[in-house]
Amino acid sequence: MAKFKMHLLICGGTGCNASQSQEIAQNLKNGLKDKGLENEVQVILTGCFGFCEKGPIVKVMPDNTFYTEVKPEDAREIIEEHVVKGRKVTRLLYVDPENKQQVADSKHMGFYKKQLRIALRNCGFIDPENIEEYISEDGYSALAKCLGEMKPEEVVKEIKLSGLRGRGGGGFPTGLKWEIAAGNHADQKYVVCNADEGDPGAFMDRSILEGDPHSVIEAMAINGYAIGATKGLVYIRAEYPLAIKRLLTALEQARTFGLLGKDIFGSGFDFDIELRYGAGAFVCGEETALIHSMEGMRGEPTFKPPFPAQEGYNKKPTNVNNVETYANIPIIINKGAEWFNKIGTEKSKGTKVFALAGQINNVGLIEVPMGITLREIIYEIGGGIKDGRQFKAVQTGGPSGGCLTSAHLDTPIDYDNLIAVGSMMGSGGMVVMDETSCMVAIAKFYLEFTVEESCGKCSPCRIGNKRLYEILEKITKGNGTMEDLDNLANLSRVIKDTALCGLGQTSPNPVLSTIENFYDEYVEHIKDKKCRAGVCKSLMQYVVDPVACVGCTACARNCPVNAIQGEKKMPHVISTELCIKCGACIEKCKFGAISIQ
Amino acid sequence: MAKVKLAESKINKIKEICANFGNLPGEAINVLHKVQGEFGYLPAEVQEVVAHELNVSVAHIYGIVTFYSFFTMLPKGEHPISVCTGTACYVRGAEKVLDEFKRELKIAVGETTADGKFSISCLRCVGACGLAPVVLIGEKVYGRVTPDGVKDILNEYRNA
Amino acid sequence: MINITIDNKPLQVEKGITILKAARAAGVEIPTLCYYELDGIILENRPGGCRICVVEVEGRRNLAPACATEVMEGMKINTHSLRVVNARRTVLEMILSDHPADCLICPKSGNCELQDLAQRLGVREIPYQGEQSTYRKDTSRAIIRDIDKCVMCRRCETVCNVWQTVGALSAVNRGFEAVVAPAFEQDLEKSPCTYCGQCIMACPVGALSEVDNTRQVITAISNPKKTVIVQTAPAVRVALGEEFGYEPGTIVTGKMAAALRKIGFDYVFDTDFAADLTIMEEGTELLTRISKFMAGDKNVKLPILTSCCPGWVNFFETNYPDMLDVPSTAKSPQQMFGAVAKNYWADKLGIKREDMVVVSIMPCVAKKFECSRDEFKENGNPDVDFALTTRELAELIRQFNIDFESLEEADFDKPLGESTGAAVIFGATGGVIEAATRTAYEIFTKKSLPKIDFEELRGLEGVRKATVDFDGTPIHIGIAHGLANARKLLDEVRTGKSNFHAIEVMACPGGCIGGAGQPFHHGDFSIIEKRFAAIYREDAGKAIRKSHENPFITALYKDWLVEPCGEISHHLLHTHYFDKSKHIEVEG
Repeated sequence: MAKFKMHLLICGGTGCNASQSQEIAQNLKNGLKDKGLENEVQVILTGCFGFCEKGPIVKVMPDNTFYTEVKPEDAREIIEEHVVKGRKVTRLLYVDPENKQQVADSKHMGFYKKQLRIALRNCGFIDPENIEEYISEDGYSALAKCLGEMKPEEVVKEIKLSGLRGRGGGGFPTGLKWEIAAGNHADQKYVVCNADEGDPGAFMDRSILEGDPHSVIEAMAINGYAIGATKGLVYIRAEYPLAIKRLLTALEQARTFGLLGKDIFGSGFDFDIELRYGAGAFVCGEETALIHSMEGMRGEPTFKPPFPAQEGYNKKPTNVNNVETYANIPIIINKGAEWFNKIGTEKSKGTKVFALAGQINNVGLIEVPMGITLREIIYEIGGGIKDGRQFKAVQTGGPSGGCLTSAHLDTPIDYDNLIAVGSMMGSGGMVVMDETSCMVAIAKFYLEFTVEESCGKCSPCRIGNKRLYEILEKITKGNGTMEDLDNLANLSRVIKDTALCGLGQTSPNPVLSTIENFYDEYVEHIKDKKCRAGVCKSLMQYVVDPVACVGCTACARNCPVNAIQGEKKMPHVISTELCIKCGACIEKCKFGAISIQ
Repeated sequence: MAKVKLAESKINKIKEICANFGNLPGEAINVLHKVQGEFGYLPAEVQEVVAHELNVSVAHIYGIVTFYSFFTMLPKGEHPISVCTGTACYVRGAEKVLDEFKRELKIAVGETTADGKFSISCLRCVGACGLAPVVLIGEKVYGRVTPDGVKDILNEYRNA
Repeated sequence: MINITIDNKPLQVEKGITILKAARAAGVEIPTLCYYELDGIILENRPGGCRICVVEVEGRRNLAPACATEVMEGMKINTHSLRVVNARRTVLEMILSDHPADCLICPKSGNCELQDLAQRLGVREIPYQGEQSTYRKDTSRAIIRDIDKCVMCRRCETVCNVWQTVGALSAVNRGFEAVVAPAFEQDLEKSPCTYCGQCIMACPVGALSEVDNTRQVITAISNPKKTVIVQTAPAVRVALGEEFGYEPGTIVTGKMAAALRKIGFDYVFDTDFAADLTIMEEGTELLTRISKFMAGDKNVKLPILTSCCPGWVNFFETNYPDMLDVPSTAKSPQQMFGAVAKNYWADKLGIKREDMVVVSIMPCVAKKFECSRDEFKENGNPDVDFALTTRELAELIRQFNIDFESLEEADFDKPLGESTGAAVIFGATGGVIEAATRTAYEIFTKKSLPKIDFEELRGLEGVRKATVDFDGTPIHIGIAHGLANARKLLDEVRTGKSNFHAIEVMACPGGCIGGAGQPFHHGDFSIIEKRFAAIYREDAGKAIRKSHENPFITALYKDWLVEPCGEISHHLLHTHYFDKSKHIEVEG
């Protein structure tokens, strides 16, 4: 990046792409050309900045100016004002929701202040489609170090010492996994990168592959060297076209540079990587299911042992790690296990990437040191709850996790603490909810997901989760009994205890955690037939306030089922029998006369 | 003798794809991805040919096709609508948006309109959670969609 | 050996075995559902899916499936702790909540493993009610699929794909909708199903069952205008007793004949007679082909393949359409019997074939399909009207309230009830080829057999190869049971790597004795072994043990057929095969 005086970084992740970031980049390039500045200022389409809420983002380097919600037509002004005249385009600067002040650069934004970017170190900084930019950020130096200076067992030892644990959900110590795979001898071993991110609401793996694919490639090669594997496979969701494209580009470049293929760095070590495409099955995130899917079969899990490290892809020892786990590897090798080991808590080292979503001001992708509290994430990085509403719950771990309350806001986040409070790290989904979310409905939402994604192999998951879902539906419809609550709890415990794989064993967590933390809401649904969040339609009644109603007939005309009757200029009445609770009348009423009770 | 009938060009295309993957049963999913990419969906006859080429039972292929939600045996609409029902979109009102699409088009999820123009499906997280709720029409992403905006989005395609 | 504890009992067990096997060896019974093993033929289905066999292993977070978890040094296992009992029962309640409760009229009632479990675990009500899976019922000519009852144990899928390599069934869909079905959830008749019925044998519940023909048989018997003839296959007599509490392998030939007569059949004949006839025809065909082949006739193909097993016939018609001229053209004994009965015997009785009803008692489900084949009908009237399974016969005996145990042993009627030991061994794998060898040897060498028992052709290994010395001429013989094993031999033939003169194939484990129409063995292979031994005991006890020495066979040729493979035989006792493979064709 040396020869340019200035860089304009534009987020080219899927989210910003959808908001025309390609056009912005093109307009910026055209604008620079018009001014004859194309050799002095470089436009780079990078990976995700993380701050998706305010995308598309344009970041100006070296001064870290952070423009948000940029539109293609803003390009000209950025060039004319900022690039040419050195004046910031203030109307595009980020405004702190707390003090309403404009923030001139990203270093002073609450969203970034508490973050520590290790796995995401290059996302948003380099052009993922240019290997030279990765190399200029010490890229492939870790691989060179391993091949040149370290024995395979030393690499394994370093990763073990670092305390890195699997970022895909389970939190199994990565070094130990490598050690087991290294210890199993076979004529062929495999290294597999699990990029089948299926947790609805988590997109860190995709962002890493889109923003920094070489870090994963380098890590897989290191992994191959460490365990004695010459073949790598990336199992990636077919729904991630951009990530696939960038990964393929990166693989091609790495081969051209001799960083993949035969005799890498003249060390005699051969390694190459192929892609395998997922086809839409959440359960394939489970490693045995993933392996079956890669073998061209139904992605059904099998019981362990044998573990993939003993008998995996094509019945050969196979090490499976997730994308984010891999993204940590090169930097650990470069900076040393000791450096990494100092970050985080006693049993959870390093950082974790979370996809922060829901009713929160700053939706986006964040990376924070283990041990940070939920409060810091939600209120400092996340900028608090949207529209000034009250925090109610935060869901971590996706369909495998649980819902935590304000009582847990000061719990330091790590693998073990989250499990202790009835949730889990999972792959890093973090959905923040305010009082407009019904916790029974949220539990139902996750169970619906699990029911849809269950592979059907084992009875507890195939049938048990269906029954859980049905009971939850009964409760949200106002037909629940207190006995149903007992059944929910017993079924949940047995499913956890008996299901075949991680999907089934964790699927009741959303139910158990909401019963534990929001028991009153369940009881309200059952006994009082009330949904305090106003989400469960069956428990709601739309009522016209006869005093406020002026008889304008707007509601009646817009009711799709003709459930509203009334003469012109006379108060209207909603038939509760006909009403389908679609909410159209409330939206159309200009007098606030219709309410939900 | 049971007969499976298919146009010659299609048979040849499938054979070509299978051959590119060495006619290996282990490549079944890659093959099906390519074949669906070619024809848009995987009707029974197509699965028969794939099974024949890979030398596996057609029940096995059908077992795979029905396991993965990405594979479909029904032709999608000219403009396939995918509503993200991932968590982030859900808590920001994706269900209402989905309902509106269903009501506007008078079809259910998984169905295609009679004129073949639109089909609706749900998907889990395209990773544009900052734009929630998100809807995809074909490859195009629509962010922050509201029920009110559904009609406008559809109109872009209705007269196209 | 390693040390473990099961229910506080310290044990020394073999390393590498499962908790289930260790427990069973120690006399601790852990209930199972999806687990299915036929150890004698190395067939195992243990997806670890039903979760009924879960046990508590100290130090583990979750309960472990006993069928799939290997024992480890120092393992402490609790098979019936409070946690286990509650979990097991709750899992069973879940399974039952998605299972029709129509046990009253279910074909598996009394033989249903799920019913047994519900009894054993004390389930009296199902607390978790909800949606139940519903599918279209599929009735083929031999097998009924009522997969509302499917519990996803995957046994049928394993048997169909691993043991038989038929590939008619696969797990389809996922989650709550997951079920085992043919491609596109079409009817079995549109699939490559061979109707071997081993899926029925494996199915723990009533999701798969045979077509029931007992009602039609009763109707036929009660029609005074009809002469109803029954024939009984060799393997039935060594298994039927099990249905009435006899030790497996008990030979009940005489009681069976008495029971059939009591039920009201007009003539109680024996398929064994037709088996002897088959040997005459097939043996002659074999010798002719070998002689021509040795004389250098390029139009003659070897090996000759046996064609008695209808599952096997269906299999090669579907999978080896290029080799339809290889199998023997001899009809199966069931169909030979039918042809003789409806032509020769009807003539003798002076009745029209339409007024004769031929019923067969078979250890087999595919026989129901076989007798329905068009080429085995004359003007729409089948040579064999109904094929009942051993189980259906037991059903009839019970319906007629016949006290089986106290029955006086009876003989078959003559002439179509007389048979030799060679016919009896048709019931076991290797038996047909041994019977053929006994006759072919004597005709070929024109010498008397020095030893009648060909031990080298017997056994239960999946594929067996042997060379028999025909007085200086080595005859190479291959034997397979199970269609996966047959496929191995057939592929050798197809690629020209085989030097066999003859190959015998039976679709079912152990041959017909392990047929899908036999009493359920629930995975206990020792039952098949006992039937196997009984077949050879029955043979050894026979006065005549070579088919060509059966005086009634000789008489039949003299009286009617003239000579083996002659003109009448050609019309009535031989058949041809059809290409049933799938053909990809260009549209238009």
